[in-house]
Amino acid sequence: MLLVDIHHRLGAFDLEASFESAGRLTALFGPSGSGKTSIINAIAGLIRPDSGRIAVDGRTLVDTASRSFVPVHRRRVGFVFQDARLFPHLSVRSNLLYGGWFTQQSERYAEFGRVVEMLGIGHLLARRPALLSGGEKQRVAIGRALLASPRLLLMDEPLASLDDARKSEIMPYLERLRDETKIPIVYVSHSIAEVARLATDIVVMANGKLTASGPTGEIMRRLDLLPPEEVGEGGAVLDMRVLGHDEAFGMTVLGAGAGEMRVPRIDRPMGAAVRVRIRARDVMIATERPKGLSALNILPGRVAEISQVDGTQVDLKLDCHGDLLVSRITRQSFETLHLAVGREVFAVIKTVAFDRANLSPGAPLVLTSD
Amino acid sequence: MLDLTPDEWNAVHLSIKVGLWAMAASLPFGIGIALLLARGNFWGKSLLNGVVHLPLVLPPVVTGYLLLLSFGRRGPIGSLLDQYFGIVFSFRWTGAALACAIMGFPLMVRAIRLSIEAVDRRLEAAAGTLGASPLWVFATVTLPLILPGVVAGMILSFAKAMGEFGATITFVSNIPGETQTLPSAIYTFTQVPGGDAGAMRLTLISIAISMIALVVSEIFARRIGQRVDAG
Repeated sequence: MLLVDIHHRLGAFDLEASFESAGRLTALFGPSGSGKTSIINAIAGLIRPDSGRIAVDGRTLVDTASRSFVPVHRRRVGFVFQDARLFPHLSVRSNLLYGGWFTQQSERYAEFGRVVEMLGIGHLLARRPALLSGGEKQRVAIGRALLASPRLLLMDEPLASLDDARKSEIMPYLERLRDETKIPIVYVSHSIAEVARLATDIVVMANGKLTASGPTGEIMRRLDLLPPEEVGEGGAVLDMRVLGHDEAFGMTVLGAGAGEMRVPRIDRPMGAAVRVRIRARDVMIATERPKGLSALNILPGRVAEISQVDGTQVDLKLDCHGDLLVSRITRQSFETLHLAVGREVFAVIKTVAFDRANLSPGAPLVLTSD
Repeated sequence: MLDLTPDEWNAVHLSIKVGLWAMAASLPFGIGIALLLARGNFWGKSLLNGVVHLPLVLPPVVTGYLLLLSFGRRGPIGSLLDQYFGIVFSFRWTGAALACAIMGFPLMVRAIRLSIEAVDRRLEAAAGTLGASPLWVFATVTLPLILPGVVAGMILSFAKAMGEFGATITFVSNIPGETQTLPSAIYTFTQVPGGDAGAMRLTLISIAISMIALVVSEIFARRIGQRVDAG
């Protein structure tokens, strides 16, 4: 359990944040300059907040009321920086072992062999950091933080400085980290794609203030929370299971409360959990079950909520047997179809709207519709 | 030509001893002062900076005379050291080492300070998050990264000591076997008739020692540089 309740002033910038999270991976989401990095710097002890309190699993790290401040090296909080920050004078192996020197035997839980295997960095151990690619550096940096056996892992935009290929190279490792270790993670990002794929909980920041926090599915449905340039990426996040594969057409059938959905073939066994992000602008609305349509996914549901956006577009929340989908349509369609709360409709999603490009084979994966 | 007399050998031996001691003894202070000047933020920082650099701009004779006044047997510091620790500087080789250390100090501090300022402090923050206390951060991250600057500072200090003349001769005079370093010995040769050959011999030795020191430092710095930069 992570508790943050701080107030900090940095020049003209005022940071005020108060949240609790018990999630396995809590994303601090917001545009740059919204105060996300200041929050994790305060959690790590790299900055001292003007006032407030931070605690991890009941252990107080900062409490300005009682004037307590645990110095950074005693916090046992791992930090993965955007720029890796590997020690240039040490080999990869020595970088990885560095934190272990300062961890007491009884507190040590990370095993060198397992971490190296999980991150796939065994072949890099003898090298110097300068000879690594960006993606390799970042994996070593994650390993280095883990091998200090931290109680909490902080990640500050670990993918932001990498190109798309490197990003999709690292994503699966982050998912394994979230699923296979018990360390809670706080993950700073301004990318919806990353947050939707990785986070169990999201804290949304804007201009130094917290605008919303909650489970990923709940936050992702609220397009109003997204920065303008990312609204197109917003939509529902559904946790589904693999029901089967259609080898003839190269498709995988996923199931959830909402019904069955056909997506491009993914290499996951029957019953495996898959997280699906369905962008609001990819969801069409029909008032009766459409015929003669190429789209394969037609899910019946009911309009649960209507919100107007700037007079030209309308966001609909659709209750599909308990799963909520989000659809963004024009106001013209909205009026032509006479939509209203409670109206029975069909949500239509093209299979090809799901992109297979950012899937890597073999890893536990998330399918997103971008 | 290189058949040295015992006195000449003494001068060579003494010069190297004085240079090494001056370099080694001033190193901890050099690193400390360089850290203070590079990282510290305190009242009187420019004053400290000025005092450290003073030997660079003062005539060496003035520095030597000031040393004589303060570290001589009757001087305020010299008499205390003599009384409580039994350390005597005046007219001893230790005094020559002190004079050389002080004359080389600004060069050493400058080289180390520049390399400290070039250290990426974000690496130190990263070491902190991995559990290293500030002292360990210095020992395991800062110190290895500034090593090229430290080596450069040590070589500069040694080279300065090999050539120091004015402050040394003013402070500890020119006593063969005790305070007569290479420059003083060469100077003595030039003052007597027929001393040319001796002066030339010592000059060649002086050049050789300086060249060796430079080459060794170059090799050393390159090796560390490769480790740090390529790393």
